[in-house]
This record gives sequence, C-alpha cells and structure tokens, in this order.
Amino acid sequence: MKNLIEVKNIKKNYGKKQAVKGISFNVQENEILGLLGPNGSGKTTTIGMLLGLLKPTSGQILINNLKLENHRIEILEMINFISPYIELPKKLTVKQNLNVYAKLYKVQNIEERIEYLSEKLRIEELLDSITGELSSGQKNRVSLAKALINEPRVLLLDEPTASLDPEVGDFVRTFLEEYKKEKKISVLLASHNMSEVTRLCKSVLMMKNGEIIDQGTPDDLINKHGRTNLEEVFLKLSRSKSEFN
Amino acid sequence: MSLTRIYGLFLRHFYLITRSFPRILDLVYWPTIQITLWGFISNFFATHTTYYNNAVGVILTCAILYDFLFRTSIGFNMLFLEEIWSRNFTNLFIAPMKIGEILTSLVITALIRSLIGLVPAVLLTSPLFGISILELGIFLFFLFLSLYIFGITLGILVSSGLLRFGPSFENIAWSTMFLLAPFGCIYYPIETLPEVFQKIAYILPLVYIFEEARNILINQTVDIENIYNAFIWNALYFTLSIILFYYSFNAAKNRGTLINMGE
Repeated sequence: MKNLIEVKNIKKNYGKKQAVKGISFNVQENEILGLLGPNGSGKTTTIGMLLGLLKPTSGQILINNLKLENHRIEILEMINFISPYIELPKKLTVKQNLNVYAKLYKVQNIEERIEYLSEKLRIEELLDSITGELSSGQKNRVSLAKALINEPRVLLLDEPTASLDPEVGDFVRTFLEEYKKEKKISVLLASHNMSEVTRLCKSVLMMKNGEIIDQGTPDDLINKHGRTNLEEVFLKLSRSKSEFN
Repeated sequence: MSLTRIYGLFLRHFYLITRSFPRILDLVYWPTIQITLWGFISNFFATHTTYYNNAVGVILTCAILYDFLFRTSIGFNMLFLEEIWSRNFTNLFIAPMKIGEILTSLVITALIRSLIGLVPAVLLTSPLFGISILELGIFLFFLFLSLYIFGITLGILVSSGLLRFGPSFENIAWSTMFLLAPFGCIYYPIETLPEVFQKIAYILPLVYIFEEARNILINQTVDIENIYNAFIWNALYFTLSIILFYYSFNAAKNRGTLINMGE
C-alpha cells in the first residue's frame, strides 16, 4: 500500500517551548490512523503542520510524495479538514457555502458534487437553510460535506463527533468507514472518543508532551498494557509521568 | 492566479451582503449621513468665508473623497475580520488559495462595497446641494484611483497586523484612518499644519490628492505633479504593504496564529 502521508522527524518549537519533539509516522492509502493524547500533547500542532498552517521548525512532511514546503497549493487541493472549532460562514445558506468552497477548490460539476454529498450525508433538505441556524448535528454533516467537496485523498479529522448525540455520531462514523472504503482515502483522526478510535482506526499513535509514546493497533495496545479497552490504555499512558518524561 | 478561486472568495462576500438588508443599509447609511452633514457645513462655510467663495463644493467634494478612502480601507478590513468573527479563517487558509488570489479577491470586493455606499451619496449631492463631484472632470478618476490604492494599502497593512498578532489587533483596524486623517489635509491646506507635521504629511499620498482636489475646484487649474506624487507614494506604500503581508503570513505560520485565529 502506498503512503499518502509521510511525516519525517518533525519538530515544532515556540521559542524555548517544544510543542512537537521530532515525530515520524506514515498513513497508508485506505487507512485511518488514530492520533490520541491528552490536551496539550501536540495533536493540534501536528495537524496544523500537515495543513500548512504551521511551519515545522525542522523535519519533512510529504503528502502523496510531494513535499509540503514546496507544493503547498497542490497538496491543499487534495486534502481537507474538519474540526468542531472551525465553522462555515453562518449567514450563508448551506448551498451557498458549498458552492463557495467548491469554487475555492476548483471543483468541476459543482451541482453534481453537491447533490451527491447532500444525498450521502442526508442534507438535501438543509441546502436552503441558513448555516448558523442548524443544530450541531446538522452543522457537523454540512462541515463534512464541505470537507469532502474536493474529493480529498487525505482527510484530517479533529474530534469529528465531539458534541454530537449518539445517533448522529454513529451516522458520521458509519459514513466515514464507508467513504474511506469506497474512495481508498487516508484519514488522520484526532479524537478523545476511545470507542470511536477503536472502531475506526487500524492503528493508533499515542502522543504526550510532543512525543509519540506508543503506537500499534488498538488490540495490540490493549494487550501490551494489560488493559481491557483503549480508554484504560489512554489513562495509563497519560498518567505515567515518570515513565515517559 | 485562478479566476475561479478569486471569484469563489468574492462570491462568499457577495452572498453575505446580498442576503442581508441591514448590511446593504449599513453600507449606504453612513456615507449618506456623512455627505449630508458635510453638505450643510459646506453651505455654511461657503456663505461665511471668502476662502471658499469660488468653490462652494470644496469641503463636500473632499468629504466624498475622504469617505471613499475610509470605506475602502474599512471595507477591506471588514472582509478579513468577517472571516475571524465567523470562525471561517482556518477554512479559508487551508483552501488551495495563493496569497495573491486572496488579496485580489478582497481588493475587488472592497471596491464594490465602497461603490455601493458611494454612488447613492454622490447622487444625493446634486439635488440637495447643487454640487456635482463630476466638476473635477477626468482627474476625478485619478484622484479616486489614488485614494482607492491608498485605502487598500491601509487595509492590507491592518490585515497584516491581524495575521501577525491575531484578533487583538482588531481595534487598530478601526483607528488607522483617524490617525492619518489630520496629516491628510483633507479639509484644509497643508500650510495649516505645524512645520513638523507638514514633513510627515508630505510623505503621505493623501496630501497631494486633497491639495489637488482643492486646486482644481478653487483655481480651476490642474497640477499634474500632485497627481504624479500621489501615485509615486502610493506605489511605494502598496509595495511595502504586500511585502509586509507576505512576511506576516510567514510569521503567523511560525507563531501558530493562523490555527488559533478564531479563538
């Protein structure tokens, strides 16, 4: 399988503070890689660097074999991002927002693409609604439609189901599983929802204090640490200061 | 440069303006109030001073020109701030847009916003005060163009500050024009300023623009050198603002401002 994301020893310093301390990992085609870690562990900084919003202090990022520092625009054309901390313009209708982003990503056949995503994500009836007036579950599906508008080969997800009720959360997870399988995309998933990570991710990176402190499949990590689920592994690793600091 | 992307970002702001009647009203309201107020002041001065005897519309014309500058600059800042307020900033900067495409789109949108406010105000001056800004003739275009470039330059400088320092720079966005206005000699000749202020004024394009507007209206002559000087200073400041914007963008990528912009 081809690596669509290759991260090679990237570091990010803010002055004397080291937010990310030289991490390396790959994400293959048709793979969802989970990125776990307590708040402040460097997950968002890592995602920011992959999106080109942050410049690594050192190291290299390759997306589909292209160096991010030299091919920012080509890479941004093939990736997209969803996070509950960013929103679409609230005063525009859903369709207007999707239309704007389709143009920014130079999508061909915009109407067809919006129709396809609307149907898949069950937002057909929301297209003429004002985005700011939607419920959080509806907004989440609309943000997902925006994130898929350019048919990304790489999708970066930062807590994609945070604050969603179980039904909508399950819908989103099922959709992501099916979409990944159908389109063979690479997904990097940062989440605090351990059951979500266990369900979706083939392998998991555990981050703490800017470092990768463990990695493997969810089952491997559970067995290795002698716990019954990934949440217990997460708690063990998060709390074991002396072992990893 | 991709026209599709430039149009896409323009469309985002076009939808925003056209969806909201209060937004359109806001664009038209302040210029109209401003021009009406200065129209009456202008009428009063014209009948009580000798300086303005030969050109009733001098103050009003300068008020219209200044308002255009103000709206262009604020308009550009508003477009940038809209993205921060709506927490859409990250979405915009992870879209495959070149900095040049973002700036071009905002420059065009800012012009359209300014014209929406300016045109009704200009149309009002003739029936209300018997004055037409068109008396400036073909040179009106050059004066407007010069003001537009300077307004955009200020907008880009403030946006660079927003990129570099984050939303806390917002207050500066509102006050830039007020800081420069005294040196611009909008309503009075440059000789009115103390000598040290005159030196500052001469390195701004504004003084040449407003001196020339008064010159055309009062003396009925054209001093091409004023227009030329305005463009030279504009070219210098515009180039510096673009360089600063790129510098701020890179600094923001180092500092992480882009990722935290909406918070």
